[in-house]
Amino acid sequence: MPSQTDPRQLAGADPHTGNRKIDPATGYDTTGHDWGGITELNTAFPKIVIWALALTFLYSVVAWVLLPAWPTGGDYTRGLLRLDQGEQAVDGFRDLSDGRQGWLSRFEDGDFDALRSDAALMAAAMPAAARLFADNCAACHGTSGQGGPGFPVLSDGTWLWSGDPAEIALTIRHGINADDPDTRYAEMPAFDWMERSERTALAQFVADLPLGSADPESPAGVLFAENCSACHGETGAGGLEIGAPSLTDRAVIYGQDPATVMETLRHGRSGVMPAWSARLSAPEVNLLALYVAELDRPAGGAQ
Amino acid sequence: MTATLTVSERQIGLLLSVLLALMGLVMAAVARHGAMSVHGVMAVGLGLVLAFRFGGALYDPAPPADRLRHYYDAPTRFGIVMTLVWAMIGMGVGVWVAALLYWPEATPLWPATSFGRLRPVHTTGIIFGFGGNALIATSFHVLQRTSRARLADSVSPWVVLVGYNLFCAWAVTGYLMGATQSKEYAEAEWYADLWLVVIWVTYFALYLRTLARRNEPHIYVANWYYLAFILVVAMLHIVNNLALPVRLTVAESFPVWSGVQDAMVQWWYGHNAVAFFLTAGFLGMLYYFLPVRSGRPIWSYRLSIVSFWGITFFYIWVGSHHLHYTALPYWAQTLGMTFSVMLLVPSWASAGNAIATLNGAWHKVRDDATLRFMFVAAVFYGLSTFEGSFLAIRPVNSLSHYTDWTVGHVHSGTLGWVAMIVFGAIYTLVPQLGGKAEMASPRAVEWHFWLAVAGTLIYVVSMWNAGITQGLMWRAYDENGALSYSFVQSVEAMAPYYLLRTIGGGLFLTGAVVCAWNCRATMRGATGEATDRPLAAQPAE
Repeated sequence: MPSQTDPRQLAGADPHTGNRKIDPATGYDTTGHDWGGITELNTAFPKIVIWALALTFLYSVVAWVLLPAWPTGGDYTRGLLRLDQGEQAVDGFRDLSDGRQGWLSRFEDGDFDALRSDAALMAAAMPAAARLFADNCAACHGTSGQGGPGFPVLSDGTWLWSGDPAEIALTIRHGINADDPDTRYAEMPAFDWMERSERTALAQFVADLPLGSADPESPAGVLFAENCSACHGETGAGGLEIGAPSLTDRAVIYGQDPATVMETLRHGRSGVMPAWSARLSAPEVNLLALYVAELDRPAGGAQ
Repeated sequence: MTATLTVSERQIGLLLSVLLALMGLVMAAVARHGAMSVHGVMAVGLGLVLAFRFGGALYDPAPPADRLRHYYDAPTRFGIVMTLVWAMIGMGVGVWVAALLYWPEATPLWPATSFGRLRPVHTTGIIFGFGGNALIATSFHVLQRTSRARLADSVSPWVVLVGYNLFCAWAVTGYLMGATQSKEYAEAEWYADLWLVVIWVTYFALYLRTLARRNEPHIYVANWYYLAFILVVAMLHIVNNLALPVRLTVAESFPVWSGVQDAMVQWWYGHNAVAFFLTAGFLGMLYYFLPVRSGRPIWSYRLSIVSFWGITFFYIWVGSHHLHYTALPYWAQTLGMTFSVMLLVPSWASAGNAIATLNGAWHKVRDDATLRFMFVAAVFYGLSTFEGSFLAIRPVNSLSHYTDWTVGHVHSGTLGWVAMIVFGAIYTLVPQLGGKAEMASPRAVEWHFWLAVAGTLIYVVSMWNAGITQGLMWRAYDENGALSYSFVQSVEAMAPYYLLRTIGGGLFLTGAVVCAWNCRATMRGATGEATDRPLAAQPAE
């Protein structure tokens, strides 16, 4: 319908002819507004915008009909597909774990010798165990079990609590000094009651143990026999599987230089490994135990 | 500042400065230690410096009597300087934290320099420091020119700018001291939030009062956008920051919202901070500086109005797309997703309107780096709004969420769109306000343009690759139903992209440093003032 307004009365129009300024580049007239030199073309509203708006609105209506969408006070429109994101999440999780059950359920009972000898099973399981280790254990023990200051090395063949997979599984399940009723308990007490000179001599003795230059007949050696051998063994070789490390090998947790040993003697140590039974399933714990037990074997599962 | 104020205005300034110092003194005294007392001392220092400034110049010669027949550009100049100062801080910290992601061992053993404290310094420094100062400075300019009226008074522009920058300084220094509300883009503590409310209301009142004095029958669309920016940001800021201080003498507080409601309020705020802080205000900038610089009429008046209402209506719904697949009810996610998709239409209409405005001026785009900044801004606005709507679709979001794709998307918006339009506006304004025809070094503008474009492209493309790689690695399962990759493998895979991102950010920062140097040289060589005048004589005091 043509406009009934007299063109001469429009903003920006010439009062005599009714003509408005034409933009030479586009051939459109302008709206007549002028804001400090800014003008606007009087172009028709582009149809494509209407179509695009209609299209996206159609998409939205379809989504609103199919999916949960509009709140209705105490409830909401459920949508024709009746989707529930909680159920979807549980279903998706179940589908994925069902896909693993074929081989993972074999780890339920922890007959480690039988598991180890099944080459096909190990080929399927060990790559999964490597990711499980990287996601749960590597933050402290290193990506390849190489440990770090305060966190034991798992790949050097020395063990605090035995390298038997069943024992490793126990450690993973209940932790060490952890918040778990069945946790392993181990504490290196503080020897702060000892004279400092005695501690200095003892620290040097302990530092010399791996070098083979420690003299058990020396006063420090006597101190060692009286105070340390109950846990670390008469020769300091450990191996009692009570969480006390061997002091005669090159493996260290906190360090075996005199200064670090002085620190250990002064304040004691009681490192914590968390209990994982609440986070990992029984088959996963057994899988990890086997993986960790194999870490020190060159041909083992460690990738 | 003082030279443009009358004696009575200087007296008001002196009074306000003394009040600021007293407020800071009370804060420092009641808090005694911690972030709040440091912030009190900062306010005392600022108040004293300003008091001496006003006091010392109190009876200097009065400004010329015909000043009311000119636009008031001194606040705009100050705002541009602060924009560039915050650009250095915000982008510098951004490049530093980007480098820390590549060289995490380089983190100094000093809590204030940890990644977690520096990251909000980057976001606040850029969004509020750089973006906010640019918005306030240009809004004063655009408001006066498109209304053909001088700012309604001469004191409140300074209250807004100085007060706003104090807020920014409180915010970032608080983060360094570990004081944070832990809400993204709303980390500043409760007293800083209250302070910002006062400043923001002053800003809104100044805007409305000046607009009421306009000598044009209509309100230009740029002013609609600036007004939406001011009004909606006030609403978002107040609602999201509702909190009860632990005590009135400490910085810590508890939000009144909890659980999923808190998450929803936070992302209603967070996304609309993007919409009304990082989009609406900058669209106002685009709608003014693009036609001015290109000398072209806006391509479609009708489209500019419909786009404005489309953007304001649709944007306010879409915040829930930040919470796909979370405890937020499914229905709220569906609404967020569908409104995000519809939002694409007015967004692209604005971008298209801007680009079509350049019809008949493409030779200028080729020759003028300043106009090219604005053209690239419009293109990146279109790209990042498409990407935003796309990422808001739930199944797409299941791949992209929590990955660096989000970071790439945000930077395509902030580097490609927001910063580019700011630089275009600055290069238009700085010579004009100094009465000069062009920047001190047009060649440096050209260099800045290519540094900015190269930096943005390297940054965004590397983050796209990084994000998609992460998303695919996280969801990959092997044929035995076990995860194909551990999380740390996906971190290791990021190394080349994080290095590239640092390089891209470094290029962008270099360009901004060139811009700051060029603006300083131009301002120092300024010979006069802007030559345009308000339409009619302004009311006397």
